[in-house]
Amino acid sequence: MIMNETKPNGALAHRVTELSLNRTELALLERSADEPAWLLSARKVGRARFAELGLPTLHDEDWRFTNVAPIAKMVFKPRLEPGRHGVTEKVLSRFPFTALAGGQLVFVNGQFAPELSSLALLPAGVKVMSLAAVLATEPALVEPHLCRHARADSNAFTALNTTFFQDGAFIYVPAGQAVAEPIHLLFVSTAKDHGTTAHPRNLIVAGRGSRVTVIESYVSLSDAAYFTNAVTELVAGDNAVVEHLKFQDENQQAFHIATVAAHFGRASNVVTHSIALGAKLSRTNIYATLAGEGLECILNGLYLTRGEQLADHYMVVDHAQPHGASHEYFNGILADKSKGVFHGRILVRPGAQKTDAKQTNKNLLLSDDATADTKPQLEIYADDVKCTHGATIGQLNDESIFYLRARGIPREKARRMLIHAFAGEIIDRVRCAAVRQELDRLVWDRLEQNQKIEGSP
Amino acid sequence: MKQPILAIQNLSADVEGRQILKGINLTIYPGEMHAIMGPNGSGKSTLAAILAGREGYNITGGEVIYCGQDLLALDPEERACEGVFLAFQYPVEIPGVNSTYFLKAAYNEIRKHRGLPELDAMEFLAFVTEKVKLLHLPEDLLKRPVNYGFSGGEKKRNEIFQMAVLEPKFAILDETDSGLDIDALKIVAHGVTTLKRPDNAQLVITHYQRLLNFIVPDFVHVLYDGRIVKSGGKELALELEETGYDGMIHATAAPA
Ligand SMILES: Nc1ncnc2c1ncn2[C@@H]1O[C@H](COP(=O)(O)OP(=O)(O)OP(=O)(O)O)[C@@H](O)[C@H]1O
Ligand SMILES: [Mg+2]
Repeated sequence: MIMNETKPNGALAHRVTELSLNRTELALLERSADEPAWLLSARKVGRARFAELGLPTLHDEDWRFTNVAPIAKMVFKPRLEPGRHGVTEKVLSRFPFTALAGGQLVFVNGQFAPELSSLALLPAGVKVMSLAAVLATEPALVEPHLCRHARADSNAFTALNTTFFQDGAFIYVPAGQAVAEPIHLLFVSTAKDHGTTAHPRNLIVAGRGSRVTVIESYVSLSDAAYFTNAVTELVAGDNAVVEHLKFQDENQQAFHIATVAAHFGRASNVVTHSIALGAKLSRTNIYATLAGEGLECILNGLYLTRGEQLADHYMVVDHAQPHGASHEYFNGILADKSKGVFHGRILVRPGAQKTDAKQTNKNLLLSDDATADTKPQLEIYADDVKCTHGATIGQLNDESIFYLRARGIPREKARRMLIHAFAGEIIDRVRCAAVRQELDRLVWDRLEQNQKIEGSP
Repeated sequence: MKQPILAIQNLSADVEGRQILKGINLTIYPGEMHAIMGPNGSGKSTLAAILAGREGYNITGGEVIYCGQDLLALDPEERACEGVFLAFQYPVEIPGVNSTYFLKAAYNEIRKHRGLPELDAMEFLAFVTEKVKLLHLPEDLLKRPVNYGFSGGEKKRNEIFQMAVLEPKFAILDETDSGLDIDALKIVAHGVTTLKRPDNAQLVITHYQRLLNFIVPDFVHVLYDGRIVKSGGKELALELEETGYDGMIHATAAPA
């Protein structure tokens, strides 16, 4: 896929709408001809939508702060063939969440690697497998959900993913079943060439009254500027209890765009976390549809950036039914010249009475050159609702630092305690203890590293 | 004569170009308890903050010798490790930092500085439980973030609790009595009195004679417009109660 970008430095240049397909991709499109008709037509729609929409520019309201021109400028390389690409279990073990009791599915450059994957014993009827495999064997299981929640309509990257996705994870928990241990989906990139692209597509279906915890992590063994364009559809049935954590730690050159399209049923209880540590540019779109009455969801997120990284979170919380509660908490810790973006839209549809929607976005700037843009957007069409939002952008509080120092704690340590506390507000919301502890250690280490790179002020 | 714990000589300081301290002289010996009284805005908290090492003050003259060393040359954390303690007039809420974790970190920094082994979590907990009783603090406060959501009185008691744990050589109490009910005031006063030893000293800033009924100072100083205009024994506090600051200043200002 080679995208035509005519203007140099064209931050606001023409939309990129042409997809020039390379041979591998053409072959893929042909191969997909034996896919179910409903999927083929979804792909067709995706392709058409992309041609219409093109990659967003800074003129698009939803992309005002995040310039994807570097992605548009990439000369996309053919995707890599399936295989391990030198990845071994030992190599994987250095990545977080790989020692959890639930086991994992591993994807190398977007392709399922069965020989690196292993799972703990699952309750009857629970399926954890590659999406390509289930499409080949039991397409009826995915048909009600796949491409129904992540809609290509308004999001060019979802349209792209829908057109090109080959594989990803499929998790299905039948009604009433509980999966005790967290399931880890590990996406690792070994791309050596600039522009190597993967479009992972995941579908997680938690049936009525079921329970499951899923971690989706994106990590890297390369230093090339590759591009991950992931889409996850997450469906929580009535009364389901779901914890979902997306962990992004791509390399510092990589581009990462991901969409989590979530659909929550009546009285379900879902918490989804987005942790963004890596990538040169990352954008996570979370579309949450509160489709049933009396449900509760928490959208929780933490982004840590340094250098010239940009981490963007874009959220649409759609209250479609009464008595729904949604709480969004996003904290960013921004060092050097990095940038954080948060855009939170809350939509309360007519009839979604007694909605309780809350949104907070807090940004901690560790340097004078770091910036944060935060934009709440409330659209409320019901009258008996409670909606609050708050955003802060600021530096570490000097009074707090002085208080700690006045008790004997050195300045650097005091700073770190405060930064860690700020991250801790988010990490503490992770319910699964093993995941929380691992994440806490990891974020702590990363903060220490970033501090070292940044140097003492 | 023994060495003073604190010797302030002719200390002057500016904040943002405005002179706040205008030549303070004050000497404190081991075993002494001093009280500073003075009207709002006279510079009491400024003096306390400068002694504890807060940034943002411009020292324009004078010096402060603490146990024989130049106090103003030390960072706040070094001062704390050397035994200086400030009970804040307005303790800061620090969400996300657990009280016990914070206090253990502080305590161990000070121990490290003194060449003592650090206490582990269990040892520290045992040690702290004793001190909690002294201040009648609800133990669950220790499980909460530092000062976070504490009532005004709890914050003040927490300051003295920290003092009890860190065992400073020189403690400055900035209006620790303000906002305390009478029972809490007695508890705090009892705590402070208990912590008094022949080898340490305390400087108590207050507006009220009330506190001095419970904590009996050896000396009382009146700070007025950046200067100590009068010093005396505990009876000076009573006199102030009678005359007010203005009355006292006019009497003092009249040349003999
Ligand atoms: N950071 C600052 N910037 C400007 N002025 C300041 C600053 N800090 C203190 N001041 C001024 O210095 C003066 C002395 O303040 P200080 O807080 O020391 O008074 P105080 O004696 O403690 O008063 P109170 O009894 O009300 O606590 C006040 O006029 C105050 O406004
Ligand atoms: Mg004061």
